[in-house]
Amino acid sequence: MSFDVFVMQAFSGISLFTILVLMALGLAIIFGLMGVINMAHGEIMALGAYVTYLTASVFEKYLPSLMGIYVFFALAFAFLATFAFGWLLERSFIRFLYNRPLDTLLATWGLSLVLQQTYRSVFGAQEVSVSMTSWLDGAWEPVSGIQLPLNRLFIVGLTIVVSVVLYLALYRTRWGLNVRAVTQNRAMSGAAGINTNRVDAMTFAVGSGLAGIAGSVFTMIGSTNPLTGQLYIVDSFIVVVFGGVQTLLGTFLSALVLSQAQTMLEFTLSGSMARVCILLLVVAVLYFRPNGLFSSKVRQ
Amino acid sequence: MTMLRAVNKPGLVAAISLALLLLVVFPTVLGSYWLNLISKYLVFAIVGVGIVLAWGYGGILSLGQGLFFGIGGYLMAMYLKLQASAPDLPDFMIWSSTEVLPWWWRPYHSLSVTLISIAIIPAALAFVFSYAVFRKRVGGVYFAIVTLALALTLTVMLVGQQGYTGGANGITDFKTLAGMSIISNKAKVVLYFVQIVILFVVMGIGTAIIKSRLGKILIAIRDREDRVRFSGYDTALFKAFIFTVSAFFSALGGALYSLQVGLITPTLVGVVASIEMIIYVAVGGRLSIVGAVFGALLVGWSKSVISESFPTVWLLFLGGLFIVITMFLPSGLAGLLIRLRFRRVTNAAPERTQ
Amino acid sequence: MSSVILSVQELSVSFDGFVAVDGLNFAVERNELRCVIGPNGAGKTTLLDMICGKTKPSHGTIKFKDLELTAMVEYEITRAGVGRKFQTPAVYEDLTVLENLEISYPEQRGIFGSLFFRRTPDYRLRIDEVADQVYLRELLDTKAGLLSHGQKQWLEIGMLLMQDPELMLLDEPVAGMSARERELTADLLKKIAPGRCVVLIEHDMAFVRSIAHKVTVLHQGKLLAEGTMENIQSDERVIDVYLGS
Repeated sequence: MSFDVFVMQAFSGISLFTILVLMALGLAIIFGLMGVINMAHGEIMALGAYVTYLTASVFEKYLPSLMGIYVFFALAFAFLATFAFGWLLERSFIRFLYNRPLDTLLATWGLSLVLQQTYRSVFGAQEVSVSMTSWLDGAWEPVSGIQLPLNRLFIVGLTIVVSVVLYLALYRTRWGLNVRAVTQNRAMSGAAGINTNRVDAMTFAVGSGLAGIAGSVFTMIGSTNPLTGQLYIVDSFIVVVFGGVQTLLGTFLSALVLSQAQTMLEFTLSGSMARVCILLLVVAVLYFRPNGLFSSKVRQ
Repeated sequence: MTMLRAVNKPGLVAAISLALLLLVVFPTVLGSYWLNLISKYLVFAIVGVGIVLAWGYGGILSLGQGLFFGIGGYLMAMYLKLQASAPDLPDFMIWSSTEVLPWWWRPYHSLSVTLISIAIIPAALAFVFSYAVFRKRVGGVYFAIVTLALALTLTVMLVGQQGYTGGANGITDFKTLAGMSIISNKAKVVLYFVQIVILFVVMGIGTAIIKSRLGKILIAIRDREDRVRFSGYDTALFKAFIFTVSAFFSALGGALYSLQVGLITPTLVGVVASIEMIIYVAVGGRLSIVGAVFGALLVGWSKSVISESFPTVWLLFLGGLFIVITMFLPSGLAGLLIRLRFRRVTNAAPERTQ
Repeated sequence: MSSVILSVQELSVSFDGFVAVDGLNFAVERNELRCVIGPNGAGKTTLLDMICGKTKPSHGTIKFKDLELTAMVEYEITRAGVGRKFQTPAVYEDLTVLENLEISYPEQRGIFGSLFFRRTPDYRLRIDEVADQVYLRELLDTKAGLLSHGQKQWLEIGMLLMQDPELMLLDEPVAGMSARERELTADLLKKIAPGRCVVLIEHDMAFVRSIAHKVTVLHQGKLLAEGTMENIQSDERVIDVYLGS
């Protein structure tokens, strides 16, 4: 395998990586920080994708001259819509299920079915796609022979920006401090005057917002249908559990390792056998490190 | 009077009503088509009993029931397909240009090998896997997700190896078992009654386990596992045991599915199916064996009726059911009935207070 | 044959840098009732945790008769004859008092044993006997979760009695009890201690005085003093650490 091909193969795995990492970060926040298993996370991602599609349609129809920058509006709207939806969900539904992780799993699974059906009724069962922004067409050729598609570069850049912003938010802002306090000791945080209800809602909303961004990103590489959420949910959970829920960096690295391993293996094995190998690898690793590959301490 | 004692009477009444319903009412009123459908629901009822044992009593949530269901189902399917195709290769192999019957298909020409495999292979896998994992004290949520990953793995393998497994279409077109037809109307009625017998045997085993000292230990492990170790028990062994029993019932269910429905597909192995199998138990009440059976009948019947006439509504209904049950009826219908009866009992006579 | 049944040597453990127990040497004899006292954070509960297998020490040995406990897991240690009662009553809330005692029955603790366990008249006698001793005979069919705090403590002692351990580890058995309940518990412990080795953690000095043979004082994970109650009470180091007792 020549170097050029190697690089391009590695890069094509990046699309998978970006979606996985955005989904997994959202899930890690919700699962790792709140202990809530949200099986409807995929459908929230799909919501982000559909909102992007709607934004594109509206721009195409009424503001065709601004098509060049619709992408940024779409991202913003997708984030806002899913953020708001997440907030609503937490307040009306999720908060009654804390401390019952297995029940949360089933209830949110039910929610995902309801959402899938809703999308089918509202948007139709067929795929909808979004036309590419013109300035993202084409590729960058840093070295002759290696062509890196622009839209993928854009996505990678976006993911990095989002990850950094998230990290800063969690570790350098008041809100982040509150979130970390509440997760570590709810009673004390409440006693110290932190509005724990508000923090919970915010946290869930942020996690959902990340899924919304993932959905928006997804529209740049594929078309959306009501079952889109289902494509990534199981893999996202596997990424989160594999990496260990203790650090976001662990989630990030886990997504990187798994997506790259998947892509590399696909080069030599068939698609399905590659997937099988990865899944078995995850199960094996979890056996030796049940708290995740990148977790620091095995705390009971 | 304790809650546990209060369960027994309604439980017995429910079991007898169930027997009457299945053995007397349905066969009188329904034709072979509907009886066959009910056989299908009862297949899932058997899986449900296993879930009641492992989840309700053992506190172990597995999202991979489909894995064992699938193994049992495909093993039986291999036998039935070979019976139907002999002496030629199964049709899907011919279509996929598979030239020779793979070595691992060969033993399943024999019914006894098939039955022994169904009884042993899934249970052995379940035990080895779960004991190893429980010894490491892996938590509930992680375990659930790992079982999910395994079910997904099998699904991917089945779909990917079309030439050997029938791929996404699965294995279909069965005709006979040990020379007897399994597709004639008369056969369907016979199979219906066979299904009921197996169901009641399974229910009996489940009930015996629950009522034994082992059942109490399981409840203790579910509520406070570390304490049970200090009572001198190897809790990982107990958890592995009940998980294995549950896997065995799932495999049995899978094998019966192939027999009753006449096909097996990877859809029944996957994530969606595994989670659906839990809803039957959630509806019936995760601590009630009879409840699980009624749950399977109710949900199965709803699915047949609704998805035929209103396919769009089915997912909404199922999703809504999940939500309503977990939020408002965590003990299912059985729990609801017990609460109603308990309230009547306490309202009726003045209870001795402590 | 030595009469020392439990021998702890150079035992140490730390959590995240905090040294909970530091090079502790501690020995208890057969049929002795030893009380372990000390200020909060002295390492008393941690010591019991290490003996029964809940926590693994980073250094040192724990010898129970001939067995090295640090090499065994919890259920093995329990089966070897060590019984533990926890600080906050740990009973099986969803099961009845009877069932709690049944689980503690020290026979047939394997899969097939418990599956085919038959409730013989002898066994039933033993249950009644133990329930009687812990004042819970009338409440056998009550769910443990419905008992009062004091009754839960008694149930846990009852569970321990069923197990019939040679070494009993009791962590604050009278915490949260009324004066009357304390009296009853003191009587109970005095009745069941003979023939066993008992290690008991308590803060109630009157209680300790009434039942201890010997007292060990821990402070900051180390042994501060050891001796009879009189010796301890007049020991200056103890007085320093524990403002009067």
